[in-house]
Amino acid sequence: MATKRKKASPKRKRIRTENGTHTITVAVNGRTFTRAVEPRVLLVDFIRDELRLTGTHIGCDTSHCGACTVLVDGHAVKSCTMLAVQADGRKITTIEGLSEHGRLHPIQEAFKAHHGLQCGFCTPGVVLAALELLQVENAPSEDRIRTAISGNICRCTGYSSIVDSVAAAGEMMRPGKG
Amino acid sequence: MQPHSFDYVRPQTLAKAIQVLRENGNRAKVLAGGQSLIPVLKLRLANPRVLVDINDLPGLAFIEERGDRLRIGALSRHRDFEQSKLIRAKYPIFSDVASVLGDPQVRNLGTIGGALAHADPASDWGTALLALEAELIARGPTGARTIPIDRFFKDPFTTALRSSELLTEIRVPRSKSGDGGAYLKLKRKTGDFATIGVAVQLGLDAKRNVAGVRIGLAAVGPTPIRATGAEKALVGRKAGPTAFADAAKLASEEGHPSSDLRGSEEYKRAMIEVFTRRALETATARAGR
Amino acid sequence: MAQTTKVFGQSVLRKEDDRFLTGRGNFVADMLPPGTVFAKFVRSPYAHARIRSINTAKARRLPGVLDVLTSQDMKDQVGDIITAWAIPNANLKTPAYPPLAREVVRYAGEAVAVVVAESPFIAENARDLVEVEYDPLPVVTDVETATKPGRAPLHGDAPDNVAFKWILAGGDVDKVFQEADVVVSQRFVNQRLQPTAMEPRAAIAQFEPGTRELTLHVTSQNPFVHRLVLSIVLKYPEHLIHVIAPDVGGGFGSKIPVYPWEAIVCHLAMRLGRPVKWVEDRMENYVATTHGRDHVQYVDLAAKKDGTILGIRARVLANMGAYLSTAAPGIPTILFGFMVGGCYAIQAGRVEVTGVFTNTTPVDAYRGAGRPEALFLLERMVDILARKLKKDPADIRRKNFIPADKFPYPTAMGLTYDSGNYPGTLEKALDKVGYEKLRKEQAEGRRKGKLMGIGLSTYVEICGLGPSAVVTSTGFAGGLWGASTVRLHPTGKATVYTGGHPHGQGEETTFAQIVGEELGIPVADIEVVHGDTKLTPYGQGTYGSRTTPVEGGSIALSARKVRDKARKIAAHLLEAREEDLEFADGKFVVKGSPKAAKTIQEIAWAAYMAGNMPKGVEPVLDATTFYDPTNFVFPFGCHICVVDVDRETGQVKIRRYVAVDDVGNQINPMIVEGQVHGGVLQGLAQAMLEQSVYDENGNLLTNSLIEYLVPTALEAPRIETDSTVTPSPHNPLGVKGVGETGTIASSQAYVNAVCDAVGVDHIDMPVTAEKVWRVLHPK
Repeated sequence: MATKRKKASPKRKRIRTENGTHTITVAVNGRTFTRAVEPRVLLVDFIRDELRLTGTHIGCDTSHCGACTVLVDGHAVKSCTMLAVQADGRKITTIEGLSEHGRLHPIQEAFKAHHGLQCGFCTPGVVLAALELLQVENAPSEDRIRTAISGNICRCTGYSSIVDSVAAAGEMMRPGKG
Repeated sequence: MQPHSFDYVRPQTLAKAIQVLRENGNRAKVLAGGQSLIPVLKLRLANPRVLVDINDLPGLAFIEERGDRLRIGALSRHRDFEQSKLIRAKYPIFSDVASVLGDPQVRNLGTIGGALAHADPASDWGTALLALEAELIARGPTGARTIPIDRFFKDPFTTALRSSELLTEIRVPRSKSGDGGAYLKLKRKTGDFATIGVAVQLGLDAKRNVAGVRIGLAAVGPTPIRATGAEKALVGRKAGPTAFADAAKLASEEGHPSSDLRGSEEYKRAMIEVFTRRALETATARAGR
Repeated sequence: MAQTTKVFGQSVLRKEDDRFLTGRGNFVADMLPPGTVFAKFVRSPYAHARIRSINTAKARRLPGVLDVLTSQDMKDQVGDIITAWAIPNANLKTPAYPPLAREVVRYAGEAVAVVVAESPFIAENARDLVEVEYDPLPVVTDVETATKPGRAPLHGDAPDNVAFKWILAGGDVDKVFQEADVVVSQRFVNQRLQPTAMEPRAAIAQFEPGTRELTLHVTSQNPFVHRLVLSIVLKYPEHLIHVIAPDVGGGFGSKIPVYPWEAIVCHLAMRLGRPVKWVEDRMENYVATTHGRDHVQYVDLAAKKDGTILGIRARVLANMGAYLSTAAPGIPTILFGFMVGGCYAIQAGRVEVTGVFTNTTPVDAYRGAGRPEALFLLERMVDILARKLKKDPADIRRKNFIPADKFPYPTAMGLTYDSGNYPGTLEKALDKVGYEKLRKEQAEGRRKGKLMGIGLSTYVEICGLGPSAVVTSTGFAGGLWGASTVRLHPTGKATVYTGGHPHGQGEETTFAQIVGEELGIPVADIEVVHGDTKLTPYGQGTYGSRTTPVEGGSIALSARKVRDKARKIAAHLLEAREEDLEFADGKFVVKGSPKAAKTIQEIAWAAYMAGNMPKGVEPVLDATTFYDPTNFVFPFGCHICVVDVDRETGQVKIRRYVAVDDVGNQINPMIVEGQVHGGVLQGLAQAMLEQSVYDENGNLLTNSLIEYLVPTALEAPRIETDSTVTPSPHNPLGVKGVGETGTIASSQAYVNAVCDAVGVDHIDMPVTAEKVWRVLHPK
């Protein structure tokens, strides 16, 4: 969602079908899916129910908890506060898209090394929110990290270990490392 | 919870968007960032027939100085203000708002136009733009019109926009030497609405007298308001503790903050006084005179 | 290459993490068996009302709706919900707790009907079409009003809304209060909280007519408790009920109880012959999942003028909500009253607790469950006393601590603390925070009008529930022994079956560490299985910080049984005497003959082959233990909170938070620290932000995260931790619990700090900026 808007890509032909659904094409974790969806369907329900990617979680009704956070074109977005039809033509990254061929992404390694999770329910959302920060800054201050994850509620960790995990991930992701 | 069913259109031109709005009247709702609208739909507090997604409309997201105005496209996202060098350098009051509004995910999608059109009584943008003497450009079936911010907010969640109109642009006076602004928000925690909010935009002359000032207050009534009594008391006076204290006291007497879960009326008024004084201090420091 | 097997005490990285970090956790809401239909509950908007009529016709007609049921439709199949902690000698009333409201609704959010449909969307639409007519009745939400005469009582059995009256006394309370030089008194409100585990609750029930087996996947901290209670409520044979709690996203006590909706979903599955899935949303969670705390406490402390504390008296009104939840009666009584003496050698105490019914959501355990309520009032009274006597709060504590050489220590209230060294954690915390320097800074700052405060909190708590004879004597419907099976497979890998059910606490790792240490098997070769009533021995679950000491204790004993058996087999195979064998690094070696050795893996294979076994020894390395602890365990510590207060606004900023805890031996210091961090923040959140608020009609105003304020990373301080180690003498591993200590210590550390900063006896939680401002700017 940059300030400068690109023209709608030709891949995005939202077709309104007779029974009120729209056909959308979404790239999720590098794979393209074309599906018919009703406009009312939330992106999080599309991801979980239609694509059966259940790593993205639902923790509230009022867009506060951030457990549903995914990356849309690289930006952290609460997928419960976005319609699936809005995702047409976009690139989505869910937690399942981070590791490749069974190898953990550095941020996943860092969370493990620094005990950045306990029950695991908020974790996918926290990791992706933090990842957006680390994609632009790999040595963020503690305050910057806390701000980046301030849209994600964790009830288990008390956040100190999450901050440490993100800082460690930044270090691992710096050029010349790993 | 899940929204009721609705139709959805994503027009590629402004004309088409306006046409759909006109055809559906108040059965249509505009979808910009969706950070206010979608939660409302999920709680089934609204049941529109059609959502008009305006995110594809070209030329509505920009932040630039042109002529004697700073011009802002209504589809500018909150985080665009956090990242804009121009804003940080010359219009830090916008950065103040963006940094206390919502959380990072909300700021990625939410738009200034959407926030204004939503018109929450505690609207951070609304309050700041009141202080900035903004003009809002609305486009409808009969063309464009300019709505001064003082006439924009009518009631909670109600603005001067007609159901067939789209807010497309916000214009504020271009920053000049001696100008300074600040927005301070008292909130219970991250992501909360303002308990109270104070926006100050002032201009100092070469002698550090207040040549002009506007003060906006958030969460003190059905809409954001201006603290006109405080403003009048400041104009012509030297910027400094005495003038600020007097103005802050007057500001605390304006509006009708209600006693609720965020605080009692008495506390809110006391905080308006404190935050008005602090905002005046910050704005003056930024005015650099 | 020799593998290190000294894993006990190492910060081994968690085995759980891989699946959670890759989005492959298996939470109930993630499951979708073929043919699943979806249930939604119609909930009362009224806090107290007579149901005049329920019209389900419109809802039933909606395409895709399978059924709409009220209490009448299931009255023979689903019985009333039962409480499992019937405290004796308290005149306990146990009024009927119907699964769906019959005739009367008693709290806003109580379910009156259930809709089942082909999709959640249709179920929600159908729910909106169910028409219920109510005749409102008078509403009461607070404990002090509810017991006044003239109120419409909730239950016929309890005309004064009193659920119980419980008294605990030790020593001669009247005498010490008469002899005291000073008595300080204070009223406390330990406010109602909403546990807010990040995962909302969910249940999927399936019935297989071929085997008549009912399977329930449910967000539970204790699947066997669910199975037992459901067998009673559903009048269904216990052995045909299979309960599985897969990954559970936090509980904090709110997933202990057996809820009506869980029983109803089971009934629906049996009735409809299809899997029935129910997932609550957050608003439903907030009105229909148990709340925590909600005490009004009147406390007196008697002392000598030199600061010696002589006695304590507490008269408490405890809100039970509209119905008694599963563990509810024992929380504000057994787990509260016995701990009001804390770390101090107080010789006399009297606690009187009245449980009160109100038109609110039922109250049950929430992290700490009774102990935060006790330690908060005690530690606040100590600071109030210190203020009165103009003494340093650290000195008063030092003066009254039970000395370190007096353990096991029998308390006046009737417990025996197993081990403790309270001065040890106090001095360590004071040193870590730089106490003397801070007091100097505070004194100088005061001259300049700066407001800085230091809050101490020393605590001891009772956990590791618990010795069965004791807990059952308090009315708990079950012994709280720990159950485990340690099983070595033919190839030498191991599976540990445990009766605990961790939901974030890391026992899949720490339990592997226990077995790894006892048997010399690599942690990677050990799998921990929990949460399935068909797989593990009968287990009482995870709560009350029991999993590590009690379930872990059981595992240690099972592993030792396996090792002892392996030793016998090794001796037989090596033709040596058992006492001539040394066991290290997973190998039995004949002393003095290093080549005469058998690895534990070789023994596992030999035991499986069973061709050459010593006489009287059964095949297979497999052992089960039901470990009944002889006492609770008593972790302790000292937390210190330093705050700076903005005089103009009353806003408080935490400058530092130091926690020094002693939880006995630590299996995994990284995990221990994580539990402290999480517990501390929840206690701080109570002190700073959280509060359940009802309006005068009994509507929960804090029914979403908009109004129920839970801290984000920006509200959380950095938490510094350290520890001492004083093992529990009676526990097989010398370990104590840690899951709740942070919450038991932190609320009062914060409030003590703020009161110290602004110079006032007390401010009720949550300590909002306005409350602080009012102290600083009185009218």
